[in-house]
Amino acid sequence: MTQPAVSVNATEERLAGLDMPAGGWSKPARHDALARVRAMGLPQRRDEYWKYTRPDTLVAATAPKAAVFDPRETPVFDGIDRLKIVFQDGVFDAAASDDLRESGVTIERLSEAQADIHWAADLYGRLETRGQTPVARPLAALNTAFASDGVLIRVSGACARPINLQYHHGAEHSDAMLHHVIKLEQGAALTLLENGPAAARFNKVMEVDVADGASFHHVRAQGRDHERRAVTHIFARLGAQSVFKSFTLTANGVLTRNECVIELTGDDAVAHVAGACVGDGDFHHDDTVFVTHDAVGCESRQVFKKVLRNGATGVFQGKILVKKDAQKTDGYQISQSLLLDGDSQFLAKPELEIYADDVACSHGSTSGAIDEDALFYLRSRGVPHGDATNLLTLAFLAEAVDEIENQALRDEILGRLSGWLERHSG
Amino acid sequence: MLSIKNLQVKLEDEDKQILKGVDLEIEAGKVHAIMGPNGSGKSTLSYVLSGKDGYEVTGGTASLGDQDLLDLEPEERAAAGLFLAFQYPVEIPGVGNMTFLRTAVNAQRKARGQDEMSAAEFLKVVRARAKDLKIDAEMLKRPVNVGFSGGEKKRNEILQMAMLEPKMCILDETDSGLDVDAMKLVAEGVNALRSEGRGFLVITHYQRLLDHIKPDVVHIMADGRIIKSGGPELALEVENNGYADILAEVA
Ligand SMILES: Nc1ncnc2c1ncn2[C@@H]1O[C@H](COP(=O)(O)OP(=O)(O)O)[C@@H](O)[C@H]1O
Ligand SMILES: [Mg+2]
Repeated sequence: MTQPAVSVNATEERLAGLDMPAGGWSKPARHDALARVRAMGLPQRRDEYWKYTRPDTLVAATAPKAAVFDPRETPVFDGIDRLKIVFQDGVFDAAASDDLRESGVTIERLSEAQADIHWAADLYGRLETRGQTPVARPLAALNTAFASDGVLIRVSGACARPINLQYHHGAEHSDAMLHHVIKLEQGAALTLLENGPAAARFNKVMEVDVADGASFHHVRAQGRDHERRAVTHIFARLGAQSVFKSFTLTANGVLTRNECVIELTGDDAVAHVAGACVGDGDFHHDDTVFVTHDAVGCESRQVFKKVLRNGATGVFQGKILVKKDAQKTDGYQISQSLLLDGDSQFLAKPELEIYADDVACSHGSTSGAIDEDALFYLRSRGVPHGDATNLLTLAFLAEAVDEIENQALRDEILGRLSGWLERHSG
Repeated sequence: MLSIKNLQVKLEDEDKQILKGVDLEIEAGKVHAIMGPNGSGKSTLSYVLSGKDGYEVTGGTASLGDQDLLDLEPEERAAAGLFLAFQYPVEIPGVGNMTFLRTAVNAQRKARGQDEMSAAEFLKVVRARAKDLKIDAEMLKRPVNVGFSGGEKKRNEILQMAMLEPKMCILDETDSGLDVDAMKLVAEGVNALRSEGRGFLVITHYQRLLDHIKPDVVHIMADGRIIKSGGPELALEVENNGYADILAEVA
């Protein structure tokens, strides 16, 4: 693959500012990833896959500044009993983190696991590589090559408490790259929570291998810092009868691109990816999802809801690919936006590509305003305009939030959404 | 209590006059009925009083007690004590009926400077009122009006009225789409709320509802005006002879 000169220049400029960590067992994977980045070139504006989102600031040699924001609220998930792992501007903070020893699970820092032989070597960069076809994701390869830290989590039984990765942002110019590898062995179960803005610019990759009969639940709340930028990738491989459920709440952030690449490789597996985002003003949020059905009888759901106002932009690119032998596939995809004014916009590209003949797949995408009749009905019962709008907005988001199975986590997320709506109403 | 003087209303987006000078005085404790052919402006009157968008008042006044209704937002009119039982109740997916009722009750209490009702007290009251209207727990849990039958929607309107305890109740064709049993249930619900301090305006096509909710005064509306008012016998006259005679009489 030859790259145009501009792309080569932009890519080399970015690479010039990065140091590859020494990395023992991860060294070959990092070098391979660097070669992939050079071959693909970093994303640029005219790439089809970046049609709706400008990659410039995610690719630039230095991270644009992002003011540190004090949300004046207790961090999300604080009320949940969990094992906390803290990163400060992309650097592991041992003092703020809990003891990493927990039964049924081993947790290590990527930067400390230096031996030449490690279980994670079979996964690090491997799922990312698989996710590079048929669509290139160069920023993920860049991460594999240069990620300075992250966690390696291996779950052998049922992890008693959720693991919570907390990302604090304290420096206006911080540029963080974290790479996590999570391996759930046969029948294992893990709930992973993530929250916080992480850095001025954050590039995060998470590779998740869910073995037969294992289940992975993921709930994430991306931090409320208004000027932060993030590009995140989840690469997941699902074994037979395994379950993968991921929900993301995004409130604020000038630019967010969340990619989720899921491969259903064992029969009767279930994958649900959902997201609720709320943006007011300088806010651009992109959900890019690619689900590949490569086994019989699997179910996948994509449920994405966006509330946009004052010129905020929402993007959804979602694909379901059903391979030839993936019979009895049940695929569902919905992406909807609620535009609270005429300045905001929603750009959606839903895609189905089906090669099996015995499948049930549906997808839908809508964009609309608040239902005026419902609004008047509520007001006629005495509910003030702002409260009525918020009630209808929460109702709109409900289908996505309901994807969170655990009620305490769901209530936590709903509380954050109501808080945001109250602060931004009027 | 409700005082409407020479009310004139046109559509906001169209040059179409719908109410052409409506006069109506409803005293506390009284039940007034409005009958009239389709398209005469009955629903428009109820919407304009409750503050729906899309209409322009070109003349006249409407007040509830000493408050000028036309100056208020819809939620302020509700807090002032006005209630409209909709001809077509709106479905609100994603908002539970119970949440809706509680939000409404507490919003009105707040607007009037009263304390919110506790969850336990609210539950107790709502269960009792719902039982009278044969509304089961399942219906209270479902999203507002979603998947409700025509009759269930109308009973749900009366439940809201019973919970909000308004001063002035307007019922727009609450009998339409109801079978006899459902209509009796609705009428009982309304009659239970009749009191000295409360006024009712019952809009209906049919005399049969008025057999159950006995009106003090009956008005006939046609082409945006009240063309005739009288006692309950006026409703019987309409029932027997239709509107043709009355229309001819005033023409
Ligand atoms: N929003 C509207 N847009 C267009 N026409 C309307 C609207 N509201 C009312 N009208 C018209 O006004 C007239 C009165 O309607 P309405 O008040 O519904 O009568 P009624 O309730 O007595 O049957 C009808 O001709 C109706 O078509
Ligand atoms: Mg009508």
